[in-house]
Amino acid sequence: MNARLSTFNVTSLVLGFTFLYLPIVLLVIYSFNESRLVTVWAGFSTKWYGEMLRNQQLLDAAWVTLRVAFVSATIATVLGTLAALTLVRRGRFRGRTLFSGMVYAPLVMPEVITGLSLLLMFVAVNFDRGFWTVTIAHITFSMCFVAVVVQSRLVTFDMSMEEAALDLGCPPAQTFLLITLPIIMPSIIAGWMLSFTLSLDDLVIASFTTGPGATTLPMRIYSQVRLGVTPEINAVCTVLIGFVTLGVITATLITKRQELERQRAEAAAARG
Amino acid sequence: MANTPGPVRRSFAPWEDADADPIIRFQAVTKRFGDFTAVDAIDLDIYEREFFALLGPSGCGKTTLLRMLAGFETPSEGHILLDGADVSQTPPYRRPVNMMFQSYALFPHMSVEGNIAFGLKQDGMPKPDIDARVQEMLKLVKLEPFARRKPHQLSGGQRQRVALARSLAKRPRVLLLDEPLGALDRKLREETQFELTDIQQELGMTFVIVTHDQEEAMTMADRIAVMDHGRFVQIDPPNVIYEQPNSRYVADFIGDVNFIEGQVASHTRGQVKLETNSATAAISANSDGTEVAKGDTAWIALRPEKVRIGLDKPKGRGPNAISGEVWDIAYLGDLSIYHVKLDSGEVIKSAQTNQTRMIERPITWDDRVWLSWDRDAGVLLTR
Repeated sequence: MNARLSTFNVTSLVLGFTFLYLPIVLLVIYSFNESRLVTVWAGFSTKWYGEMLRNQQLLDAAWVTLRVAFVSATIATVLGTLAALTLVRRGRFRGRTLFSGMVYAPLVMPEVITGLSLLLMFVAVNFDRGFWTVTIAHITFSMCFVAVVVQSRLVTFDMSMEEAALDLGCPPAQTFLLITLPIIMPSIIAGWMLSFTLSLDDLVIASFTTGPGATTLPMRIYSQVRLGVTPEINAVCTVLIGFVTLGVITATLITKRQELERQRAEAAAARG
Repeated sequence: MANTPGPVRRSFAPWEDADADPIIRFQAVTKRFGDFTAVDAIDLDIYEREFFALLGPSGCGKTTLLRMLAGFETPSEGHILLDGADVSQTPPYRRPVNMMFQSYALFPHMSVEGNIAFGLKQDGMPKPDIDARVQEMLKLVKLEPFARRKPHQLSGGQRQRVALARSLAKRPRVLLLDEPLGALDRKLREETQFELTDIQQELGMTFVIVTHDQEEAMTMADRIAVMDHGRFVQIDPPNVIYEQPNSRYVADFIGDVNFIEGQVASHTRGQVKLETNSATAAISANSDGTEVAKGDTAWIALRPEKVRIGLDKPKGRGPNAISGEVWDIAYLGDLSIYHVKLDSGEVIKSAQTNQTRMIERPITWDDRVWLSWDRDAGVLLTR
């Protein structure tokens, strides 16, 4: 492969990245703006970060968001892992195609529809809207992402490892805990990270399903922006971007690292 | 082993002893997967300390048989007895047998030690005993320096030995080996074959191996069961399988063979004359107890190394002789295989040891040659 980049390559790369990241970079830069006006640069300052920390409404919303994200990611991971196990392991049971289709449907379902249908259901069963309704809504849409991630790992899982454990005297339930779970754990963690970040930045579904006292951070930001953008919002968004980036990078690294480590060790073994 | 050459030849043939109790007994075992019958009403006895090989092409049911013994499959019909007790419905984690897997199935998140100790921990063995047993196993497979490595930090041969140590650690009544050497290269495979037989002798354990490699079965096993379509075709020690096959299937599966088809012209006092299209004169063979009558179709199975080749017609009325033309010569270094085309169009192979370093051999392409063999060199087969 040619390691040197041609002018064309460089140009398209720069254009592409500019298109993707310029707005975000501007947002981050202006979060350090001294001026009250978002679009006028008046020198460097971190005062909006201080302002943000004194804004109780924002902090409350952030706390709600983190709790929702944590609880929904955890439950979605359990359910998603079970769905993946069923899809990969149970062979061709009746209704498998339907089940797999239904597990993946939320991936492509418009958020407005998911949100609206959940709202209608909560109203129909007379469920008080608030923290738990948002959490349940987030579980339903993030569970399928976990199922996809875990399933892709399970497909390459060598079933004879479980048979070997059984053969050595380990009962089935223990085999799952001692052999299967540790081996697929990286994909489960990656699935959790993914659900966590998805829940963190969801606006549409949360606005449909929330109730009084359970305003999430994206909703709070959105409602403040309607009253006018302040650099304080920029600061909050910068922090949020930081969180999401961290989550996605960690999830990617966890899955990538194992693969790299194995390749390196195999190369070492081959050298003797 | 019965056929190990050496100063003391121990004879080991419990299957000939009517009073011997088998360690494993299959009673009319059938296994069906949907409409497909993988194992078809099989009876089999395997004896303590035996090295037993199940040999056959893929899909012949040998792996299913092994998996039923391990407990991963339950028979559709029939019973499997282990030490006299019916284990047909016993789950794998309650059977005193262990298996070495084709893929090795090592636990990637555990060290070599951890893998070997896994089964012992399941039994609730005290820690000091586990450590002692693990050390003993590491020594047995010569892997002491690698105790703390993870499986992916080992070479293929080392992984294979970890898998062996892990399956031996619990001292199972029977060790099952599923194509254990399939993933190794040729040289390593040959070494490991001898190591396996040594270990089996040392531990005095019963081994049941599944393989599609006839050489592997021949070198290691006390008895070989040749399988086809879920049934046994022949169960015998390697030398009998090779020299006294009971059918063309077995003769063809094990080693190289020539078949000469013909009609029985006479059968007197254990001697059979066969009229063939290949030779002008009738071919004579010993019947070795095979029941044939005049007019039956029969085959002579003739191993290439038992066919002599010469430029002149052999003298006397003793051996069988056919003439033909050298059609091809396969030079293998130690051997040369002469493919001789008979006047009838059939090709007979003759293997000659290259005992001298001569580059020019007296027989070459298109030579008119005579093939000859003794009456007892061929095996008379009726199926």
